[in-house]
Amino acid sequence: MSEPNGVHQSSAHPIYAELHESDDFEELRRRYRGFVLPATAAFLAWYLLYVIMSNWAHDFMSIKVVGNINVALVFGLLQFVSTFLIAWLYGRHMNRNVDPLARELAARYDEAIRTDREGER
Amino acid sequence: MSSETLTAVLFVTVVLITVAITFWASRQSSGTTDFYAGGRQFSGFQNGMAVSGDYMSAASFLGISGLIALNGYDGFLYSIGFLVAWLVALLLVAELLRNSGRYTMADQLAYRMKQRPVRTAAATSTVVVSVFYLLAQMVGAGALVTLLLNVESETLKALVIVGVGILMIFYVTVGGMKGTTYVQIVKAVLLMVGTVLITILVLAKFHFNLSELLGAASQNSGKGDAFLQPGLKYGIDLTSRLDFVSLGIALVLGTAGLPHILIRFYTVPTAKAARTSVMWAIGLIGSFYLMTLALGFGAAALLDTGPDSKVATSGGNLASPLLAEAVGGGAGTLGGAVLLALISAVAFATILAVVAGLTLTSASSVAHDLYANVWKKGTASEKDEVRVARVAAFVIGGIAIALAIPAQKLNIAFLVALAFAVAASANLPSILFNLFWRRFNTRGATWAIYGGLLTCLVLVASSPVVSGGPTALFTGHDWSWFPLANPGIVSIPAGFFFGWLGTVTSSDPAAEAAYDELEVRSLTGAGAETATQH
Repeated sequence: MSEPNGVHQSSAHPIYAELHESDDFEELRRRYRGFVLPATAAFLAWYLLYVIMSNWAHDFMSIKVVGNINVALVFGLLQFVSTFLIAWLYGRHMNRNVDPLARELAARYDEAIRTDREGER
Repeated sequence: MSSETLTAVLFVTVVLITVAITFWASRQSSGTTDFYAGGRQFSGFQNGMAVSGDYMSAASFLGISGLIALNGYDGFLYSIGFLVAWLVALLLVAELLRNSGRYTMADQLAYRMKQRPVRTAAATSTVVVSVFYLLAQMVGAGALVTLLLNVESETLKALVIVGVGILMIFYVTVGGMKGTTYVQIVKAVLLMVGTVLITILVLAKFHFNLSELLGAASQNSGKGDAFLQPGLKYGIDLTSRLDFVSLGIALVLGTAGLPHILIRFYTVPTAKAARTSVMWAIGLIGSFYLMTLALGFGAAALLDTGPDSKVATSGGNLASPLLAEAVGGGAGTLGGAVLLALISAVAFATILAVVAGLTLTSASSVAHDLYANVWKKGTASEKDEVRVARVAAFVIGGIAIALAIPAQKLNIAFLVALAFAVAASANLPSILFNLFWRRFNTRGATWAIYGGLLTCLVLVASSPVVSGGPTALFTGHDWSWFPLANPGIVSIPAGFFFGWLGTVTSSDPAAEAAYDELEVRSLTGAGAETATQH
């Protein structure tokens, strides 16, 4: 697969182009990007909001919620909660909506490679 | 028995266990896939533990709790940034990289770019990031021993650094990725057990009431409510606030560009297992950072943190070990000695596991990228490649030892933050562009890496950390013009900008055409590397 003196290491096997043009792959990419792009924008914005509030919203962050626990601490702990939540949602989304399609496409690839090998014999 | 003797006994035990594991792992290793990627046979859970073990360095174990103990709430930013960063790795990088690469960070670039320039660039930044990180850990090892044994001796520090260096070279050359991974798993277990124990003991002192712990911390710190609010360290003026934002950006974007983290994704059989390992890592690392809150505020509440105290003069690095001694019954008691020894041994294990991972990463990149593909153009045999990797581990280990001994005065947190900034500026732009932008090409990749790397290094060299500041590296002269200690806010956009500029000023149809294949492979796993059969 790796060409000794090659320009790049891709195999240039035609099955990749075929899969790339298929509707199933289009759907797979849509489902993957449809989750990760908005989710990334959301958690980065939420994190930046936290950094900026810590810097420039001092009075608000210092308000005590319960006992000695202030808004700043709650905000920080919510970053943990959101991280755990997004990781869990991502895992669930991939398991349910992306993995089955990916397995199907990978099986088509394996099939094409196997046919090739049988043809060589 | 004194705590020094106990520490020594526990430390020797840890070393013996890891040495035994390494010998055992070496008997099952043969080719390049075993050496670089542990045969890709680790389960998601095992790799999740190893990722945590690779990531939670001495800087986070000793450093963050120390920062919280001294600066209160502001130390918490590190924990949050270091954790949220994992979402970038989970959502955008881990699985796609697992499917499109083999052994090193450069592999996924070489998949569609001209191999020699991109491998040279990626290997350069891999070695630079890893050596900065390596120096931080080894300087930490020297400092820790001096403080724990209460002996201020340059010879002793140097001996400890040489000892740590020899052990890491041993783990890597003998055990390869398999041995290194098990060392990291053992370390992760020790670290979690030690931290949970101290956290429970601290919380028990305050009737498991967080508010009571915080109240005692703010009172004992002498700073009152300000101790629990943001701004104590970074809220002084506009420059320090911008520094805080810059640090925050580098922390959240750096993780997914750290080469020693990236190559861990190759040790599992499938992309799905790579996902599982990051999810476990997020759980473990998140719980650990939550406990650093208890450790940091616990140290502030129970220890003397005044300007002349041991906690303050060690820059906070001794907060966790001294806290362990205090909750165990205090200095001079058996409980105190046992817990102090335990936490010190855990800190040593932490340093050993992280330096082994870093040495392996640099050695792999030198052997696989520079030797086998740039120099030998892919004609080297597997046996030769592994032999070169072992030699490279010796050389890099030797260089790290030689640099770490005179670098004792450098601040650990600064070195780690610098490694994160370089990773985010030089590595992340090329990784993300390569995976998500069809038009991206060879010139874009090399410009992103060299541009991000140089911007980062020049800004740091021109910052008050290096000259002119109160704790500057060089005294006497002041050539600084860049006001921030953290370069990320400028150097990370610069990395992306150079990547874009290099791409649009050149044309590389082969790289664009191969993107379709890279995309199919990275998203479906079709044709991805599989586990070795034994």
